[in-house]
Amino acid sequence: MNAEITSRPSLDAAPLWRMAVAQVRATLLYYWRVPTFFIFSMALPVMFYLFFGLPNAHRKLPDGTTVGSLVMAHMGAYAVSSILVFNIGIGRANNRAQKLDLLQRATPLPGWIALLADTIGAIALSLVSLLVLFVFASLAGGVELGAADWATLTLRLIAGALPLLGLGLAIGYGSGPNAAPALSNLIYLPMSFASGLFVPLQQLPDFIGRIAPFLPTYHYAQMVDHGLSKTDETLPVAVAWLVAWGVVLFGLAARAYRADQARKFS
Amino acid sequence: MSTPGPEVRDWCPDRAAGSLGSVMEAAVELIDAHKNYGSVEALRGVDIAIRPGELVAMLGPNGAGKTTAISLMLGLRRPTAGRARLYGQDPTDRRARSRCGVMLQESGVSSALRVRELVDLFRAYYPHPMSADRAIALAGLQEQAAVQAGKLSGGQRQRLYYALAVCGDPEVLFLDEPTVGMDVESRRAFLDGIREFWSSGKTIVLTTHYLDEADELAQRVVVVDRGLVIADAPPADIKSKVAGKRVSFDAGGVTEDDFRGMPYKRLEVRGGHVRLLSSEPETILGALFRRGVRIRNLEVVGADLEEAFLALTAHAAGARGAGEEKEVAG
Repeated sequence: MNAEITSRPSLDAAPLWRMAVAQVRATLLYYWRVPTFFIFSMALPVMFYLFFGLPNAHRKLPDGTTVGSLVMAHMGAYAVSSILVFNIGIGRANNRAQKLDLLQRATPLPGWIALLADTIGAIALSLVSLLVLFVFASLAGGVELGAADWATLTLRLIAGALPLLGLGLAIGYGSGPNAAPALSNLIYLPMSFASGLFVPLQQLPDFIGRIAPFLPTYHYAQMVDHGLSKTDETLPVAVAWLVAWGVVLFGLAARAYRADQARKFS
Repeated sequence: MSTPGPEVRDWCPDRAAGSLGSVMEAAVELIDAHKNYGSVEALRGVDIAIRPGELVAMLGPNGAGKTTAISLMLGLRRPTAGRARLYGQDPTDRRARSRCGVMLQESGVSSALRVRELVDLFRAYYPHPMSADRAIALAGLQEQAAVQAGKLSGGQRQRLYYALAVCGDPEVLFLDEPTVGMDVESRRAFLDGIREFWSSGKTIVLTTHYLDEADELAQRVVVVDRGLVIADAPPADIKSKVAGKRVSFDAGGVTEDDFRGMPYKRLEVRGGHVRLLSSEPETILGALFRRGVRIRNLEVVGADLEEAFLALTAHAAGARGAGEEKEVAG
């Protein structure tokens, strides 16, 4: 029997793509069975659209955009970033509390594959959430865009939110399952308001207008608005700010991650 | 209180088996492994080499360092000093991990996923997994295959972890306190399953504080106490070399002084009831009879592993401080 064992190739491991596919599948199954956060991140943007977008949906702004399409884009930004911050942040904090990471750590699954799968799962949810919002805005708000514009908008909504994944991970590794939801709300909601995602900055107090350009969500909104409406900053400037914020937020996440790992695995 | 037992290190077979070890690569190895958590020394220089095909039980009281030893073997934790090796590789290496399956004491899985879905997920982590059906059958979870993990009972959940440990068809299986939370019947079925898996040529390392489990299952028992390996031998050797016979009787007026110079290992005299371990009970009883001590309710039985274990840990404790013997003997 030992001969059979030693004849096995000793340098062998499962292909990473197979692990990644299985991991993504498990992530999506989880969201399917426990849709709480998902429903939350899908229903809220539509509801906000109902409040902020529909009443003036057909009113044209000076640059020719309708209020309906601009509010749709902003609610899309809220949807995607809340999935990245809340689902990933609270999800990771819960996983750590339930020691999911412990057993996973003892398997051949590399940690970054698990993270990649979480991210792909969150992006898939974002796309579903955006689809629901877009359909609602088109039917109820009469939003009309060309095929290329829909695609560009979707791409910008997803890509521009990636720095906020760093925020989600920092919360997920830096706080426990009880603190994570509170912390996410406390950081993320005021930041969204102060960036003009819900209400145009002109209608908010002056000091908020002065803070806004330092917030990642402000530049996210600028990036998303680009192509729909007149923006305060150019696309490259918005992207540069987002990259810088990405470095900061992922840096914080890496710090929280290392501290968490050192506690458990050193 | 007890006379010095045989020098436990004398019959740790590691050195004797060294020639075999050099012929065949060890599956799992700890080499002079130390592990400190802050100022606490969890392991204080442990040498264990487990060869392919062995079924080894690591035995010891809670907090002895068993889980720490397993964590080092798996690369979940890094030794403060010394080395851990899995098939000669760093245990954190993905290729080394691909050859082992693990059941940990404290761990979780996504409670919303069904048994079969989790088994399929874990199968994807390994290069040569067995079929999901076989893993589920080995764990005896056929009827629960479509049940979500969060809805399983404690014992079923343990069996799910077992299915996840074996589904990659690993060469070596680590089981940390695998039968905790199981009732007698499922424990029996579970141990049969482990034996069956082992008989297909696998290496199994399990920790337990159930002595009967180690006695019944393992070829080799490694006793860990306070961060040291204090015995490493087949269960039968541990029983015979340490314990011999357990002798108990009632005798009024007998004190510990009456046994001075006699070949006993652990002696308890309480209210006229005497208990001791000895490999030469005839000598002791003969001496007592000659002195005219009236003995009633005499029992002489072969000691089981539990007594051997108590004697060992008491001996090891005695070497470091007699004050702790009572706790171990109690």
